[in-house]
Amino acid sequence: MGKTLFDKIWDSHVVVSQAGFPDAVYINTHFIHEVTSPQAFDGLRKRGIPVFRTAKTRATADHNVPTIDQHLPIKEALSRKQVEMLTTNTSEFGVELYGLGHPYQGIVHVIGPELGITLPGMTIVCGDSHTSTHGAFGAIAFGIGTSEVEQVLATQCILQYRPKRMKIEVNGKLKKGVVSKDIILYIISKISASGATGYFVEYAGEAIRSLSMEARMTICNMSIEMGARGGLIAPDATTFEYIKGREFAPKGADWDKALAYWETLYTDTDANFDVVLTFDAADIEPMITYGTNPGMGIGVTQHIPSLDSLDEKEKPSFKKSLEYMGLEAGSELLGKKVDYVFIGSCTNSRIEDLRMVADFVKGKKKADDVVVWIVPGSKQVEAQAKKEGIDKIFEEAGFNLRQPGCSACLGMNEDKVPAGMYCISTSNRNFEGRQGPNARTFLASPLSAAAAAITGKVTDVRELV
Amino acid sequence: MKDLPRKAINMSKNFQHLVSTAVPIAIENIDTDQIIPARFLKATTRDGFGENLFRDWRFESNNEPKKDFVLNNPIYKGEILVGGKNFGCGSSREHAAWAIGDYGFKVVISSFFADIFKNNALNNFILPIQVTDEFLDKIFSAIEKDPATQLEVDLEKQSLKITASGEEAHFDINPYKKACLINGYDDIDYLLSLRKEIETYEAGREFNF
Repeated sequence: MGKTLFDKIWDSHVVVSQAGFPDAVYINTHFIHEVTSPQAFDGLRKRGIPVFRTAKTRATADHNVPTIDQHLPIKEALSRKQVEMLTTNTSEFGVELYGLGHPYQGIVHVIGPELGITLPGMTIVCGDSHTSTHGAFGAIAFGIGTSEVEQVLATQCILQYRPKRMKIEVNGKLKKGVVSKDIILYIISKISASGATGYFVEYAGEAIRSLSMEARMTICNMSIEMGARGGLIAPDATTFEYIKGREFAPKGADWDKALAYWETLYTDTDANFDVVLTFDAADIEPMITYGTNPGMGIGVTQHIPSLDSLDEKEKPSFKKSLEYMGLEAGSELLGKKVDYVFIGSCTNSRIEDLRMVADFVKGKKKADDVVVWIVPGSKQVEAQAKKEGIDKIFEEAGFNLRQPGCSACLGMNEDKVPAGMYCISTSNRNFEGRQGPNARTFLASPLSAAAAAITGKVTDVRELV
Repeated sequence: MKDLPRKAINMSKNFQHLVSTAVPIAIENIDTDQIIPARFLKATTRDGFGENLFRDWRFESNNEPKKDFVLNNPIYKGEILVGGKNFGCGSSREHAAWAIGDYGFKVVISSFFADIFKNNALNNFILPIQVTDEFLDKIFSAIEKDPATQLEVDLEKQSLKITASGEEAHFDINPYKKACLINGYDDIDYLLSLRKEIETYEAGREFNF
C-alpha cells in the first residue's frame, strides 16, 4: 500500500509514537508573531527553560502594526506594548526577529515563502490558523494555540493525533476572470465551514497544478475556513523554480540533495484517502460571500439562498447572519453598493495579487465614494511593487498603497471598516465584527475587489476583463 | 511505554466530575472572533479575558449590556456552555479558551468542535464534549423548558447526563488528554521528558531544515 504525501512527511517527523498518546512530531520551522507568543515566552520563564532551537524559530510583527508611518512609534499603546514585548522576548531568548523597519518584515505567511524559509517536506507551525498557507509547497503546516507555541519553543516538537486525509481534486480549466481565490471560496461554499474538520487536505487536479505558487498559497491559506487542519499541494517544477535562489533556500550541493528528496514528495498512486471530493473548474464563476462565515458564498450572479431552501435547524443562524449583513434572503448581490475595498491579508497580498489588480485598474479611476486600501504582504512586496511602478498605477486610480501588515483583515490596528459599512475584501474571514465592530464583509478575489473599487458596487468582473 | 511525568504544573485545575446548570447559545458556527474579538487580543497575560467573552454579542457599542443575550439573562448560569454545531471555528487564538475559562465555564458542549479550539480548550483544562445533533437538541430543549436543568459530567465514565430526565450520552476523549485532565498534567511536562528522544531524532535527520 502506497502512502499519501501527508503521511510521507508526517512519518518522517514522528519522534515518539506510543499507543494511547498523540505523536510527538518534530517541527522544522516555527514562525511566531506578537499576538500569540507573549504568554508562551512567559511560560518558558516560569519553567526556567530556554528556546530549544532558536535557529528554527523566526519572528515578525504583523497583526498589530500600523500601515502608515511605520517609521514612527506605534500610536496605540496596547499594540505598541505587544510589538515591543516581541522585541524584548526575541532578544532575551535569542530568536531572530524581522520587526518593524526590517527589510524582511511582513505578514508571517507571506515572508516565510518569499525568503525561502518555507520548503517542501517541512513541518511548519505558527500561532495563527492561516499557517496552512505554507502547505502550497508540499509541507505539513498548521496553526496552533499559545500553549502549543510554548511546547514548540520548549522542545521543537508538538503533540498531535494524526488527522484523517482528504483529497480535493479540481479538474479542467478555469474560465476567464476566475482565479484561485474563487476556487477555494467555491469549494468552501460547497462543503461548508466545517466540511473538512478533522482532515488534512491534499489539493490536486489540473486546475490546481496549473496555478502559480502564489495562487496555490491562496488556496492552502483558506483550508482552515472549511475546518481542515491544513492543506497541501505536492511540489513540482513550479514549486522548485519559485524556491530556487531565494535568501534562505538551499544552495549548490545542498540544493541538488534537497531537490532529489523533494521529487519523492507526492502521493503514491495506490495510496488511500479517507475522503475524495472532485470538482470541475469550469463550474466556478467569480465568487462572493453574503454571510458571516466563509462557507456562505455564491457565484456573483447567483442569488442568496431563500429561507425555504434551508433546514429548519440552519435557519436561526442564517437569519442572524443576514440580519447582521443587512441583506435579504433570496436577493442578489450584484449591483449592491460597497463602501470599502480591502486588498491585502495573508490570502491575497503577494506581488502577483498586486500585479493582477494593477493590470486591471491601469487607466481606470476608482468610484468617488469608495475607500480603497491596498496593503502589501511584506516590505519586499512593497519594494517590488514600487520597482515595477505598480504604486503609480494605484495612485492614478485613486487607490492607497499602504505599508505591510495584517491590517483590515482583522482590524487589530487602526484599519477598521466603520460600523454598518460594506467592505469587499480579499481576506479570509467574513465573521461578525472581523473588520471592525458591525462592519460587513464580502469576501472575494483581488480581481472582483478591484472591479468593485472601479464601479463602486458588487460587479461581475467577467464583464470588464 | 513512558510514564506520564508525575510533576503537574496545573494540579489545582484537575477535573473529574461536574454537576451544573448550563448556558445555551443555539447558534451554529460560533467562531473565535465572536468568543473574543481581535481588539482584545492585545493583552500579554492569560488573565482577564472573561470580561470580554462574547463582547459584541453581549454589549452595545456604548457598553450597555444587550438584554436579549443569554449571558445577560440572570436565569441562565452555570459552569457549562452549550453551543451549536462547529463551535470555535476560525482563528487559532487560545484567548477564546482563556475567555471561556476565565468567565467560569469548565465544560463546553456542542455537536461539533473546530480542531484547534478543541486542543486549546483541553490545554486549558476546559472539557469540550461532543454529542450527537439529537442529544444537543435534547439539551437545548430541556434548558428552554427549564433553565434550572442540571447536567452531570463524569469524565472518568465519559458520560453526560441530563439529571431530570436521566437521558445520558457517552462522549469520546482520547485517553492521553483524559489522563491529563484528571491528573492535571500538561503536554510540556511530557514533551520535556522526551528530550533524549528528540536529540536522537535530530542527529538522525538527513536535512538540517
